[in-house]
Formats: sequence, structure tokens, C-alpha cells
Amino acid sequence: MADQTDNQGIPEPEGASDLISTDYEIGQDNVEGSVGPFGFDVHNPVFLISGLTIVAFVFYALALPEQASSFFGWLRPALTSNFDWFFLWSANIFVVFCLALIVSPWGSVRIGGPDAQPDYGYAGWFAMLFAAGMGIGLMFFGVLEPVYHMAISQPLGVPSPIAEDGTLIPENIEAAKRMGLAATIYHWGLHPWAIYAIVALALALFTYNKGLPLTIRSAFYPLLGDRVWGWWGHIIDTLAVFATLFGLATSLGFGAQQANAGLEHIYGIPNNVTVQVILITGITGIALFSVLRGLDGGVKVLSEVNMVVAALLLLFVLFAAGPANIMGDFFAGLGAYAADIIPLSNPHGREDTGYMQGWTAFYWAWWISWSPFVGMFIARVSRGRTVREFLTCVLIIPSLVCVLWMAVFGGAAIDQVLSDPATSAVKAQVIDSYNPPVSLFAMLEGLPLAGITSTIGIILVIVFFVTSSDSGSLVIDTITAGGKIDAPVPQRVFWCTFEGAVAIVLLIGGGLTALQAMVISTGLPFTVVLLLMCWAIVKGLISEKRAGS
Amino acid sequence: MFKRIMAPVDLAHLDKLERALKVTAEEAKLHDAAVTYVSVSAAAPSAVAHTPEEFKTRLGAFAREQAKAHGINADAHAIISHDPTTDVDDALLKAIRDTGADLVIMASHRPGLADYFWPSNGGKIAGHTDASVFIVRDA
Repeated sequence: MADQTDNQGIPEPEGASDLISTDYEIGQDNVEGSVGPFGFDVHNPVFLISGLTIVAFVFYALALPEQASSFFGWLRPALTSNFDWFFLWSANIFVVFCLALIVSPWGSVRIGGPDAQPDYGYAGWFAMLFAAGMGIGLMFFGVLEPVYHMAISQPLGVPSPIAEDGTLIPENIEAAKRMGLAATIYHWGLHPWAIYAIVALALALFTYNKGLPLTIRSAFYPLLGDRVWGWWGHIIDTLAVFATLFGLATSLGFGAQQANAGLEHIYGIPNNVTVQVILITGITGIALFSVLRGLDGGVKVLSEVNMVVAALLLLFVLFAAGPANIMGDFFAGLGAYAADIIPLSNPHGREDTGYMQGWTAFYWAWWISWSPFVGMFIARVSRGRTVREFLTCVLIIPSLVCVLWMAVFGGAAIDQVLSDPATSAVKAQVIDSYNPPVSLFAMLEGLPLAGITSTIGIILVIVFFVTSSDSGSLVIDTITAGGKIDAPVPQRVFWCTFEGAVAIVLLIGGGLTALQAMVISTGLPFTVVLLLMCWAIVKGLISEKRAGS
Repeated sequence: MFKRIMAPVDLAHLDKLERALKVTAEEAKLHDAAVTYVSVSAAAPSAVAHTPEEFKTRLGAFAREQAKAHGINADAHAIISHDPTTDVDDALLKAIRDTGADLVIMASHRPGLADYFWPSNGGKIAGHTDASVFIVRDA
């Protein structure tokens, strides 16, 4: 135990660990006060700058909609087609780096010091990281992507099994089906989770082991030293807030449109802005309730409920579509992923640029632009795990769950398309016309109890949005409070509401597409940030005590 | 009349606790009661401490300081919470049970409009415990 008589210095933590000694005191740059009856405690200047920049960009998108959408509409494909090699190689490095850490001696370093106990049990922890990170994407792309890659995008030049006239080409079926699953799993497996894991591990280490504030800039301490507390750090944190808030707000806007499309498809509810504004308000309202209940009483509970409902839907589809078939798809998909991961990860000499740039590079930019938010949230809930446990649970297990999900939803959808192409609703919504929001419901239509399962599907979509929105609000609140976790409640209410308001304004005024393109563009600078984080992780781990050493 | 006083403190805002700390010490002497200083923090680094262990050490040192300064019998009870902003009330209620306190003395702000939305900590504690609660307002 530390010296009981001296409360001024930093005592040695229990067991060996290596706190970074810096004169910076958490909250030293904060401004405390109150606006009317509402107290606040915010970082100066990160809170103000990020708030104002967000408002400025919303005005820009509203005032000059054509200019904004043509600029960002050009920027995004320009980035993914010119820097495809950079995105692909960086993501490969992240995967190899994480896998190497799992088997390295540093795998035994414990986040929070050798004697730290895990903050959360496996179920709650896993539910939270999954719900924040990609739950919503699985709902939208689980059917769309496998079918699309099987029939249209032709990854690695594997030909489509569907001829122009809509008839099947039997000799292409086996290979295309395999590639449809492999090419999808590639986007949802090791690579995205490695991206999240890098950010999460860097932040968890520098927060819980090194004693720096829980904010993105802390991971840059090895590189910038005490300069991270100045403008360098302000810029890094502001960029993270910016990407997170716009990422959440634009997804919320699109999500409302997509949920509305589902509601129209199933119940004939009109598809218009009023319904979508009601949906955003509802989602924001539930998220608000969740952040007011706190991490354990709100965010965790909702994530767990969501996990159970998603698992039930998965089991239903598995059994309704024929478990033998689907489990066959699971193992075939896993095998195909293992076999094709290297050619799919190689950016050189490829002819399938539509797939590689339009999908892969786009996805990598997307995951990377979300990584400050998801990574920081994962970091916050991961104290007490060893690096090996952490990477296994953030990298390997979610990847397997995604393989299973894609095999079940994608496998069932592909089977529907191939068994009866003429009447398949999935074929009509994905191949004949490109209608992503309806794809999941089109697949469910082909199974029994479609009314009930589609309703569950819509509820899941909405709650997955809530679980991203509430965890995102906590992350933004912490960053803009200079890493303080216990900032006053009105602040998280502010960010949660602000996010919904930005979504509504962009939905009504236009600009969702432009600003989402902008968020994805932040993927490029953040890729550099993540590469630097790998180095910071190594620096951080070297000074930590390993088990048995 | 009282055997154990529980005094919730925020080590980051000791300046706002001056009156409450003084009252706590006076009551302790009056009733010959022991004082347990309680504080809630997250595991993540804060202005008060970099690690939960350091937080416990600091609170312990604070309790000893108070004991020495006022000539009272005092100890410390540190609570690590996942989300102190929302969980502090429940954590304090649990601490009342765990420490067996029969009197709680805590500082509170003046009630304002926001209390209709977020009731004060003291108000919530008083409404949910069998212990007596003494809320000390700012001067």
C-alpha cells in the first residue's frame, strides 16, 4: 500500500505499474460555472470550438447545399480511389499488430495494473462494445452485402451466377456464393475490430495504467509529451468530437429514413420527413433517458436487451431457413474468409476496383472515422482485462459473431435468391433495384411469421441507434470535459439533444449526404493517427509489468 | 444520540465543504460519535487521483487530517463507481448501510429550478434512508 502519511504526491499503484509523471492536472483547463440553474464543467477551449465548428458546418451545408454536396461528393470517392492502398495496408497492419500482441508476452499486461479487477462481466462488456460498435450496420448490411457481392460487385473477379435475363448460371453458383460471404465477412471481421481495438487499447493503457485523462489526446503523450495539453491536443480532441457528433447525427438521419422505409414496407406508414423527425425525436428521447440513467442503469441495460433480442432473431432465421444449410454456410463462409483474406487485403494489381474502392476502402474509412468514439467507449468499460483477454474479446469473438450473423442473414438471403430467382423479394430489392433499407425485410418476408420478425427487426434497428447515440453522448461529454467522467448531468443532456437536433436540421434542410461524406473523409487523417497509436501502444506496454516477470 | 456520522465529501471541491466539515466535527464531538468520510470516484483518472488506489490513499489521509485537526475519531470509505455522475446517490445510500451510519451530514447547494429535474443529492438521500440527514447549506 502507498505511504499513508503523504497525500500530495502520486503514490505507487498496487503492484508494479508505471504512471506517467506530468504536471498536468485533470480539469486544470476546465471552466466551471452555471448557465441559469444548469451547472457545467467543460474543457476550455475544446467544448466551445467543437460546438461552434459543428454549428458552422451545419450552416455551410444548409446555406450552400450544392457547393457542399459537390465538394464532399467529390472528396470522398477521390480519397477512397487515390488512397485505397493506404487504407488497405493500414488496416492489414492493425490486424497483424493486434494478433501479434495476443501471442506476445505483453498479452499478460493487465489494463488498470496487475491487481485490477474487471469492471464488467463478459456478457455486459461484450454487449456494450458490440451495441456501440456495429450493431446497426449488421441490421442494414446483413442481407444486402452478401447478396450484392455474390451477384453484382464480383470481388476478385468471381463471376455472377445470375445472367442479364435473370436466369441462373449453374456453374457459377458455388464460387459466387462462397465469395459473397467471404467478401462480406472481410468487411465485418478482423479488420474493423482491429481498428477499434487499436484506439481502445491505446486509450485504456494511457488512462488506466498511465494515469492520463480519458480523452483521445492522451494516446499521443509518448509522441508529443506535455505538448498534448496545448493546441496539439485541442485539435486532436476537437477532431474526435467533430467526427463522432457528425458521424452519429448523419447516421441518425439516414437511420430514420431507413426505419421509415421499413415501416412503409410493412405497415404502409407514409415515408416523409414528418415521420422521420418523429423517429429521430423518439430515438433521441430514449437515448436521453439512457444517459440520465447512467452507464450501468441505462447504456448497459439497453445493450444487453438488444443483444438478447438480436440473438433471438438470429436463432429464428437460423432455424426457419434450415439450420443444416445455414451452418454449412457458416463453415463455408469461415473457410472462404480464411482462404481469401490475403487476396482481398492486397490492394495491388486488382481489377475489381468497384469492390475494392467502392466498398473496402470506403468501409475502412468509415470504421476509422468511427474509431475515436467506439474505441474510447470500449476503453472506458475495459478496465481489469489483460491485453490478451481484451484483444480476444474485442477482435476474435466479435469477428466470429459477425461471421455467424452474415452466414445466417446473408446465407438465408442468398438461398432465397438462388432457389427461386423469379419471385425472390431479396432479388427484387437488392439485385433488380438497389433498395438497401428494405433488404432485411425482403429476406424476412420469405420466412414464416414475417409480420412479427419484421417488427422485431424495426425495433432492433431503433434500439441499436439508441445504444450508439447514448454511448456516443457519453464519449463526447467526456472529451469536451477534458477527460472528466463526472461532469454535471446537464452536459450529457446537451450533447445528446444537440446530436438529435443536428440530425433533424440536416434532414429537413438537406446536407446529410454531404456531411456524412465529410465524416468519412476524416478517416484519412485518423488512419495516420491510428498508425501512430500502434507505436504509442508499444511504448506504453514496454514499461508495464507483465505477469510472472 | 448518534454513534456514527457519515460525511460525503468531494475532494476536488473542498472549498465548498468548509461549513459542512465544521458542523460534522462539532456534531461528532457533541455526540462522541465516530465519523466516516465517504467519497465516490470513477476508476479513470480524475483531478483528485490517477488510480483507485491513490484515491483511497488520499481519502484516508484526508480523514486522518480531519481527525487530528478536530480531535475526533474518523475513518474513510472510498467508493469506485462506473458512472459517478448518475450513480452517486445510490452509492451513498449503499454506503450508509455498509458503514452503519445513523447520521449523515452533507453540504448542499441552494435549491433552484434545476432541482425540479435533477433533485439534489441531499434531497434524494434524505428521502431514501432511515438515518437522520443534516444538510448544510452555503452561508
